[in-house]
Amino acid sequence: MNKLKINRLKDSSFKIWGIISTLIGLILLVIFIGDILDDGLKRLNWDFITSLPSRKPERAGIYTALMGTLWILIMTAIIAFPIGIAAGIYLEEYGNKKSFLSRLLEINISNLAGVPSIIYGLLGLEVFVRMLKMGPSLLAGSLTLALLILPIIVVATRESLKAVPDSIREASFGMGATKWQTIWMNLLPASMGGVLTGVILALSRAVGETAPLIVIGALAYVPFAPSGPMDEFSVLPMQIFNWVSRPQHGFVINSAAAIIVLLTITIIMNGIAVYLRNRWQRKIKW
Amino acid sequence: MTEILEKEKGLLNIEKRMIEDNEPKNKLSAIDVSSYYGDFQALKNITMDIRTNHITALIGPSGCGKSTFLRIFNRMNDYIDGFRVEGKILYDNKNLYTGNLAVEQLRKDIGMVFQKPNPFPKTVFENVAFGLRIQGIKDKTFIEERVVSSLKQAVLWDEVKDNLHKSALSLSGGQQQRVCLARTMAVEPSVILMDEPTSALDPISTAKIEELLKELKKNYTIVIVTHNMQQAGRISDYTSFFYMGELIEYGKTHNIFTKPKEIRTENYITGRFG
Repeated sequence: MNKLKINRLKDSSFKIWGIISTLIGLILLVIFIGDILDDGLKRLNWDFITSLPSRKPERAGIYTALMGTLWILIMTAIIAFPIGIAAGIYLEEYGNKKSFLSRLLEINISNLAGVPSIIYGLLGLEVFVRMLKMGPSLLAGSLTLALLILPIIVVATRESLKAVPDSIREASFGMGATKWQTIWMNLLPASMGGVLTGVILALSRAVGETAPLIVIGALAYVPFAPSGPMDEFSVLPMQIFNWVSRPQHGFVINSAAAIIVLLTITIIMNGIAVYLRNRWQRKIKW
Repeated sequence: MTEILEKEKGLLNIEKRMIEDNEPKNKLSAIDVSSYYGDFQALKNITMDIRTNHITALIGPSGCGKSTFLRIFNRMNDYIDGFRVEGKILYDNKNLYTGNLAVEQLRKDIGMVFQKPNPFPKTVFENVAFGLRIQGIKDKTFIEERVVSSLKQAVLWDEVKDNLHKSALSLSGGQQQRVCLARTMAVEPSVILMDEPTSALDPISTAKIEELLKELKKNYTIVIVTHNMQQAGRISDYTSFFYMGELIEYGKTHNIFTKPKEIRTENYITGRFG
């Protein structure tokens, strides 16, 4: 065989390998989702969503867990959004990028994004639940999850600010704008697409987190939906976890149905993120 | 008796002629200015006056310091690490490099148009209104009037009047550059600094902007950096030639282009180097 044929062969075999690799992930996902849908769809109805938990699988619903998840979602967003964006702005626009301190900060923030979530749970337990005496409340849970997703938001903010060309900063300063006006009126609007995408993806990760909430003492069984930030709570993943570990087959069906709800929430959130990103990309072409 | 009257008339005429001959006063002055990027000296002892309501062109090969010199006047070099400036820069006889100068105010008086059109990713209207908004002006009719008059001054009004609320980024390069010009004029500066404003534009857009500049010098003092010698020749009243951070020659454009005193100037404008 000559060199040319060997190269062709390499080319086509890599292509096949690539196709197989892509399919492995996809097929497994399809099997998983198919299995879940097969189990869960017949259980999924309005009653299931609006019922309180129960010892009998056919009467049990996800209302409290779903409400807990929504509370957590909103409170985490309210806490993490301003802090994460402010930190991102500081590091990108104000921090002296060459200084030792800001390089150290940068490395640490990237590392924080990789810290196992259970560690955040331990931190939350010690600081929020015990030291600040919040108890296993929604507030403690949201603060813990906010810490967990802060690094993601900081990095997303920095990346989107970096994507705004310097010519825009020059134009703004050249008009006599202060740094704050430049950031607030030009840089943030121009990078909001990327920032929001990052925030939503981070939140959709937070929605699926279980470990840190178990550690801070969120309950698997809460008789009523929370009505304020200091209430005890449960969330969907915990409800699922609890049901899966029960012996009755009815609860396994329930957990499949709850997984469908959880998946729907995350898919909707990711969809919004993708939509926002595309919209902004279309609107702003440098 | 008549003799004396004749004499006085003569004297008056002389006086009048002197006023006419008098060079227009200087808007900007650089006195013995040197500047550095770290250890690198970008400008070497430059002394030069810029005349009010005239177009002054700064020409010279890349890296000769002309853009650095231009940006000294609105302190846009302040953001560069390790940049420093020595000597005196005067604007209406006030020193620009003093600690208590309000840079924001200075940049409203001395506007700037950049090489690459850089409109904000906002509507045409908001682009032009930006300078007024950051000054805290809220009066809607005032802002509207100013936006319209600035766009008219930039000879862009007829092209965008139906698209004022469309993104400025959807316009052509030449139109974008005129949006930038309108944006600068909306705050009524007295000086407009231009850093190769037409180098990213096609010949037709360039011609439009050049035409516009000739009109604008009635109200503004314009300093323009250009790589295009013909452009300097066409539009400017005064031309200065920079080379390796030095001001080689400065004078009336006509003189510089027809009878330069320095051999380096002649070589450059005839295209023998640069």
